[in-house]
Amino acid sequence: MLKRLLLATALLFAALPPALAVNPAEVLDDPALEARARDISKGLRCVVCQNQSIDDSDATLARDLRLLVRERLTAGDSNKEVVDYVVSRYGDFVLLKPPFKVATLALWFGPLAFVALALIAAFAFFRRQRRARTETAPAPALSDEQRKRLDDLLKGDGS
Amino acid sequence: MRNRWLYTIPLAIFCVLGIYLGIGLTLDPKKLPNMLDGQPVPAFDLPPIKDRGTKGFASTDLEGDVTLVNIFGSWCVACRTEHPYLMKLKQQGAVPIHGIDWREEDPDAGPRWLKRFGDPYTLVGDDPRSKAAIAFGVTGAPETFLVDRKGIVRYKHIGPVNDAVWKEVLQPLIDKLRREKSPEGGS
Amino acid sequence: MTAELGHFTLILALCVALVQAVFPLVGAARDNEVWMGLARPTAMFQFLLVSISFGCLTHLYVTSDFSVLNVASNSNTAMPMLYKVSGVWGNHEGSLLLWVLILAIFGAAVAAFGRNLPPALRARVLSVQAMIAVGFYLFMLFTSNPFERLFPAPINGRELNPLLQDPGLAFHPPMLYLGYVGFSMAFSFAIAALIEGRVDAAWARWVRPWTMAAWCFLTAGITLGSWWAYYELGWGGWWYWDPVENASFMPWLAGTALLHSATVVEKRDSLKGWTVLLAIITFSLSLLGTFLVRSGVLTSVHAFATDPTRGVFILMLLIVVIGGSLALYAFRAPKLVSSGLFQPVSREGALLFNNLVMTTAAAAVLLGTLYPLFLDAIGGAKVSVGPPFFNAVFIPIMIPMIAAMAFGPLLNWKRGDLVAAFGQLRLAAILGLVALAATYMWQTDGPIFATLGMGLAVWLGLGTLTELAGRARLFTAPAGAWGRFRRMPRASWGMVLGHFGLALAIAGMAGAGGWTKESIQTMHPGETVDLAGYEFTFDGASEGQGPNYTAIVGKFTVRKSGDVIAELVAEKRNYPIGGMPTTEAGIETRLAGDLYAVIGDPEGEDGGFVTRLYFNPLVVWMWIGAMVMVFGGVLSLTDRRYRVGAPKRSRAGAAVAAGA
Repeated sequence: MLKRLLLATALLFAALPPALAVNPAEVLDDPALEARARDISKGLRCVVCQNQSIDDSDATLARDLRLLVRERLTAGDSNKEVVDYVVSRYGDFVLLKPPFKVATLALWFGPLAFVALALIAAFAFFRRQRRARTETAPAPALSDEQRKRLDDLLKGDGS
Repeated sequence: MRNRWLYTIPLAIFCVLGIYLGIGLTLDPKKLPNMLDGQPVPAFDLPPIKDRGTKGFASTDLEGDVTLVNIFGSWCVACRTEHPYLMKLKQQGAVPIHGIDWREEDPDAGPRWLKRFGDPYTLVGDDPRSKAAIAFGVTGAPETFLVDRKGIVRYKHIGPVNDAVWKEVLQPLIDKLRREKSPEGGS
Repeated sequence: MTAELGHFTLILALCVALVQAVFPLVGAARDNEVWMGLARPTAMFQFLLVSISFGCLTHLYVTSDFSVLNVASNSNTAMPMLYKVSGVWGNHEGSLLLWVLILAIFGAAVAAFGRNLPPALRARVLSVQAMIAVGFYLFMLFTSNPFERLFPAPINGRELNPLLQDPGLAFHPPMLYLGYVGFSMAFSFAIAALIEGRVDAAWARWVRPWTMAAWCFLTAGITLGSWWAYYELGWGGWWYWDPVENASFMPWLAGTALLHSATVVEKRDSLKGWTVLLAIITFSLSLLGTFLVRSGVLTSVHAFATDPTRGVFILMLLIVVIGGSLALYAFRAPKLVSSGLFQPVSREGALLFNNLVMTTAAAAVLLGTLYPLFLDAIGGAKVSVGPPFFNAVFIPIMIPMIAAMAFGPLLNWKRGDLVAAFGQLRLAAILGLVALAATYMWQTDGPIFATLGMGLAVWLGLGTLTELAGRARLFTAPAGAWGRFRRMPRASWGMVLGHFGLALAIAGMAGAGGWTKESIQTMHPGETVDLAGYEFTFDGASEGQGPNYTAIVGKFTVRKSGDVIAELVAEKRNYPIGGMPTTEAGIETRLAGDLYAVIGDPEGEDGGFVTRLYFNPLVVWMWIGAMVMVFGGVLSLTDRRYRVGAPKRSRAGAAVAAGA
């Protein structure tokens, strides 16, 4: 119950619609740095929101994270260093693009595996079709007796 | 005749899926792990809040004894429910509790709240821009960190601290940490 | 009184559904005509009861009866009437009632219009529908009753989430549900076929109209949602790969595959097992979506208020419905024998290719959506799977299919000539490459996928037109071309429009996704910002008022080379009861792109306001393309050949259709 209160409290301040995420006041003077900041922000998840980046979110914590990103960039950190810092605080959860790790191998290679499976399924399907076609063996030759019966029948039907 | 077992593959996949979905119902997708477990407290140096003198709260204050660091805010409803228990802990003198007043837009709001409901904190730092909060990896309030005498974060509790949390988790851990030999002259 | 009536009719509906679920099914197995005959009246009666129940809930909302908990939680006297009505389905319990209503509508439709279905098949189909309904009724009556009372009744209720108070979004859930539930018909047909042990051309012909209708609704519903997000959420985004968006997209992918696969069953007596499985999978994905939204298992902007007990119940429902149907499939599908043979390069081969690609794409989206859950469940770290993953994975999978879509209709059944087809598509290929190169040179700073998208869109669009022209022999025998166009069956037009609409939509996605221009600043009245060759002038802000909100209203004039081309009005609204602000962007839609302005809070003391200005290229092509696709689908539906068992004019044909 209390946990829900906590979540509700957090959400109360986080679930504001992403109306005006980046404020002009936050924008850095150096356009190159600002571009880097926006890029990084777009890839960082807002941890108190429901599935938004900090660039999109209106939450206070998102704003503070945006300011932190800009501060560190201004202080000279590289893009990777800024992202690594935020990850060191919040974990891989904060990366919108899942990292390449042992834990996410199945995620990144999964789609490739699906494509491979689809191709295998297609091959198997066509191979089965080909087999079905060749297995329809030509009719065995009629024996003499059968041929005579056939003639009789045909003559009986006749004209 | 095709292999009949091929036709059971969709069912098998769904069974696996169903199991994971079932497990998923018991999990909380928003609960983040404690990145600081076993790590030294992140460096921070916060100014004091109004009406509390000139000394703020810095990470260097957290050595020498086992302490609790509590993230709170006047806007936080759950912090209100936790607050009486923190007052009780202060009365007992069980453990020093320091506070980080987080995300206050109005510099009077925090002090007003403490004056109204009581002040269980030894030191309080003002963190309007989430500098310390982000360093701690905080996602909501209240959150409480248990720091040992060497300044290492040992436990993070998300949500209000109440009797059950204290008796089952915090108190035993605090006792254990206090019994650990303090380092003699240097690390 | 109304609430009790609503509740009572719901319980009655459950009872009727139970009868409908059991007797016709058993009757079909035992060839008992009386029991089979129960299917149609029970379906109609169930529809009547649920309609009354839904009508009661609507009445409670319209009259703002706050003694009912659901109304008090989601409605307010100050709200406009439209949102009082849409509030009925804007919450968990009410939306479930909408679900069962649509389920009952489809059941009644089969009962009423499915006269040409063989009685046994119809009985089984309606029974399966009823079984699904029973599951939902139980869910509602035990955990999510919309008619629960509230004592003491408050004077006024909470409000419908201000974000939902929007005409576009009011109709988004009904459209979506018509889609999801429509696919339940295909599902029921598939189960019935598995029980009978037979899938044939007649079955495919009966399934297709329902599937097509569901597909049209789902496409419309998804488009509405995207469109809403675009104009409401304030920065021109329209797709976020949010778990609940994915939950609607996966059934769409599977449903599209199903539509195409059913064609092969009907025309060539092949791909039976695939098609039945797709019918099961499409509806299963719809149900899975329901689970994801309401169980709290994933975080999403869309999630309803969550409750673990509800999650458990839906999971049980999933296990019974999906597990049961897949188990039935495992047992009975081997019995389905396909006779049609075809070369890999052929029309069927192309449709199979479509099958596989769509399924692979759906699987990839499912993997990404559920991966955080999987990893957490096995004790691994918490990860997020966001748009970068989905874009990196989904787009490459779809590219081969979009390329193939131009070929498919040109290939013959059974054995197609790829070289000849490509010969016909030479012009489309050349122009596609020209478009690619032109786009690349003109907009070098966009992502590569956007440039590729433009090339593919031109290829597909022209390829589709090539096929159309070829069919009417427009260039080889132009004299009779108009007559040929007119005589072309509507279903063929439907296909052309469907594919062409997709080409338009892809062009729109490339533009909107790749080359958006943005400018964020503080503006004072009279100031002008240059963006993408347009001049945006801020004319000032004033105060505005609505029935349940106050607003800052900002006006902008947009000029190009000095001439006024648009006046934009943007608002930032504050809803005091809901406590939430919303933005209403000022948008001027033009074919080349949208001019988009957002006004924010005042900044500083001197009358400045935060403003965000955008130029979103080609956005309207997405909406137009989607509408063309839906129109194509609707057109197909009106084709006589596709309506449920519409018999051929000869008596022999009628006998065949009635099902020997």
